[in-house]
Amino acid sequence: MATVRVQAEPFDAGAELALLLAGRTDVGGVGCFVGVVRNAAGGRPIRAMRLEHYPGMTDRALERIAAEAEARWDLQGCTVLHRHGRLLPGDLIVLVLAASPHRQAALDATGFLIDWLKTRAPFWKQEEFADGDAAWVEARQNDTAAAARWESETL
Amino acid sequence: MIHVLYFAWLRERMGRAEEALPLPEGIATVAGLIGWLTARDAAGAHAFANPEVVRAAVNQDFAGPSDPVRPGDEVAFFPPVTGG
Repeated sequence: MATVRVQAEPFDAGAELALLLAGRTDVGGVGCFVGVVRNAAGGRPIRAMRLEHYPGMTDRALERIAAEAEARWDLQGCTVLHRHGRLLPGDLIVLVLAASPHRQAALDATGFLIDWLKTRAPFWKQEEFADGDAAWVEARQNDTAAAARWESETL
Repeated sequence: MIHVLYFAWLRERMGRAEEALPLPEGIATVAGLIGWLTARDAAGAHAFANPEVVRAAVNQDFAGPSDPVRPGDEVAFFPPVTGG
């Protein structure tokens, strides 16, 4: 069972973990990735990060990515939460959790979920610099390469 | 009619987040619509000046240049995604 949410409000990673594990004792491990707003980009201090998304398509894209992870690995559940709006350095942006009877599946599914999310979910980041300037973040080639890794891998 | 949405710097360059317009005569694909928007006005020419950095979705699914656009469709244009 996948839990997918796009929200402006902060999330509580511990509460989400407890929710994923609630009422079951057959889980062997949970992989976890938490994305955090950094205080600088390319050595330039950042005041805030603005996240725009495509309501409607975002949920569909995240649900599809979660379903793909569940089809590829033996998962007992996964959680994908992504925030939008204006976030400050230190704020949590994204949470990925993947529960499985086995460690490797939990870790691999977590890596897959965040890599695919970065290249397939319609979010756009804009950095707001300390001097008031703002710039859209450009897609990174190594994000595309990280996602492509999961295309060629035979599981 | 089609419903067209713009995100991130495409929205800024177009000067709008969305618009409804009749599917232009002779336009049947994503690439055709990009060409039409580019030719329509200065904002379109600026937004689509570099089509290789523009991504599209039709009815909330990623779409390529040759994918069809039909009356009633929701078509979105945006830069490569940068979430996570």
